Amino acid sequence: MTAPILEVRDLCVSYGKVEALHHVNLKVFAGQIVTVIGPNGAGKTTMLSAIMGLLPSSGEIEFQGEVQRDIEVEHLVAGGMTLVPEKRELFGEMSVEDNLLLGAFQRYRVGDRDEGKTMDQVFTTFPRLRERRKQLSGTLSGGERQMLAVGRALMAKPKLLMLDEPSLGLAPLIVREIFHIIADLRQTGVATLLVEQNARAALQIADYGYVLETGSVALDGQSRALADDPRVVETYLGLGGKKH
Amino acid sequence: MNLEIALLLGQDGIVNGAIYALLALALVLVFAVTRVIFIPQGEFVAYGALTLATFQMGKTPNTIWLLLGVGILVALIDTIIAVRGGNLGRLKRIVLWNLVLPAVVVGLVLLLEPGKLPLAAQVALTLAIVVPLGPMVYRLVYQPLAEASVLILLIVSVAVHLVLAGLGLLFFGAEGSRTTPFSEAQFQLGTLAVNGQTVFVVGTSVVLIIALYQFFGRTLYGKALRATAINRVGARLMGISNTMAGKLSFTLAAGIGALSGILISPITTVYYDTGFMIGLKGFVAAIIAGLASYPLAAAGAVLVGLLESFSSFWASAFKEVIVFTLIIPVLMWRSLTSHHVEEEE
Repeated sequence: MTAPILEVRDLCVSYGKVEALHHVNLKVFAGQIVTVIGPNGAGKTTMLSAIMGLLPSSGEIEFQGEVQRDIEVEHLVAGGMTLVPEKRELFGEMSVEDNLLLGAFQRYRVGDRDEGKTMDQVFTTFPRLRERRKQLSGTLSGGERQMLAVGRALMAKPKLLMLDEPSLGLAPLIVREIFHIIADLRQTGVATLLVEQNARAALQIADYGYVLETGSVALDGQSRALADDPRVVETYLGLGGKKH
Repeated sequence: MNLEIALLLGQDGIVNGAIYALLALALVLVFAVTRVIFIPQGEFVAYGALTLATFQMGKTPNTIWLLLGVGILVALIDTIIAVRGGNLGRLKRIVLWNLVLPAVVVGLVLLLEPGKLPLAAQVALTLAIVVPLGPMVYRLVYQPLAEASVLILLIVSVAVHLVLAGLGLLFFGAEGSRTTPFSEAQFQLGTLAVNGQTVFVVGTSVVLIIALYQFFGRTLYGKALRATAINRVGARLMGISNTMAGKLSFTLAAGIGALSGILISPITTVYYDTGFMIGLKGFVAAIIAGLASYPLAAAGAVLVGLLESFSSFWASAFKEVIVFTLIIPVLMWRSLTSHHVEEEE
């Protein structure tokens, strides 16, 4: 089997004296969608922030076969890791087009100048963004903002795309559209680490899943097996799967 | 007052206003990107003017030794950090920007006898000495405090200002200097006598402002700076390092400061502490714009310039008082019309 693109070993994060994440182990392989589900406050966002270098952590993060010491966000972005954060963090007073362009900043810096082509691909994936290209991103609807956030991340041509709650606050129809697009991304060879509260939708498109509870991995397995696991069904999918 | 005097005062006000506008833009830029209120801006004005004046007196300005010293300090710190972190790949850049570049500049100054060079070459050398000090000061002082509150950054700015002003006194002495004008031309515009230097100052300022506008609107690096100003976390996630953005904005601010000093030094006698006063007036203009809007800052600067020149005619003893008193109604109006937003972080 090929080596994973991302391997997290023994990851711990503390906020002051409170340890928010305890000894988390996780692997993501190229072309795979891995989901991390769990309730509010389980440490999902904390985990992504730590992997991305936004939070100090202990443990080992191996990205593309390289153990990351002294992790710097900019360094990881240059290496092909991108995070679409829960809050989107768009540049509200700038146009959709400029937001996308800045997604390619790190590539542009090292001399990769085909951002125009990548933008066309993003517009093909999200036709709505093409219509809104001149509009300020702060004026977009919730769904469009999420599309822009994902599109902006894709502008970096990532090898690992990390998505933090892409369904948060969106209408079910738009959630479905976005999840379709995430599932389609697999064909391009991008590995995706998808953090979600919407366990049903996440497990449907994922290959592998982890359940994070109070800062530790409670369960993990093939997503189909997880979806059938009585503990997951009861807690996250609800009786008869009526949740969401 | 007759029309002739009003026109003369107006001309004066617009010339000074153009300089204040440049400084105000730099202040807004630095604050937006790094949250630093860049009080030492004025020292860059003075260093620019006085370094050029020293060249014209046929002497060697001591600012070259400052550049060399600060460069060595930055190189030392960065090398230690790079070696500890195992990032030996960075050494080349560190040495190039902090040791080689200053050494080349110092070498040129010592070899060339800048006093005999044409004015343009003297200006270029002056900028080459003063501008790199901007990012170096950022690296030494502000980068380790990037997450500090605005208030702490302000206090640090006051300290940096005092240190640089003291060094200015040490380097250039207490006497003021003037430089030779860029243009000796003089022409009549109706009843108004306009001299070439005036046109040069206003023209250069306008060109610079347009260039800055293009930089922020058209280039990816300009957009990256705006992005950092809008959303620091978002920018980092795009690989736009806050450090890079900070250094770039300090480079621009130092460049604008030094150039402003060079522009005004033929019109007014510049002392080691003149820059501070000029910088403060740029600051008044930036405050009028709420430290946020570039066009408002430029407009505010022209207002400050005009107010200053007219009040120097009517009440010259109170000229500074009147200009700085302008801040009070502006602040009152701002605090009444804007909602209080809790500072982030």
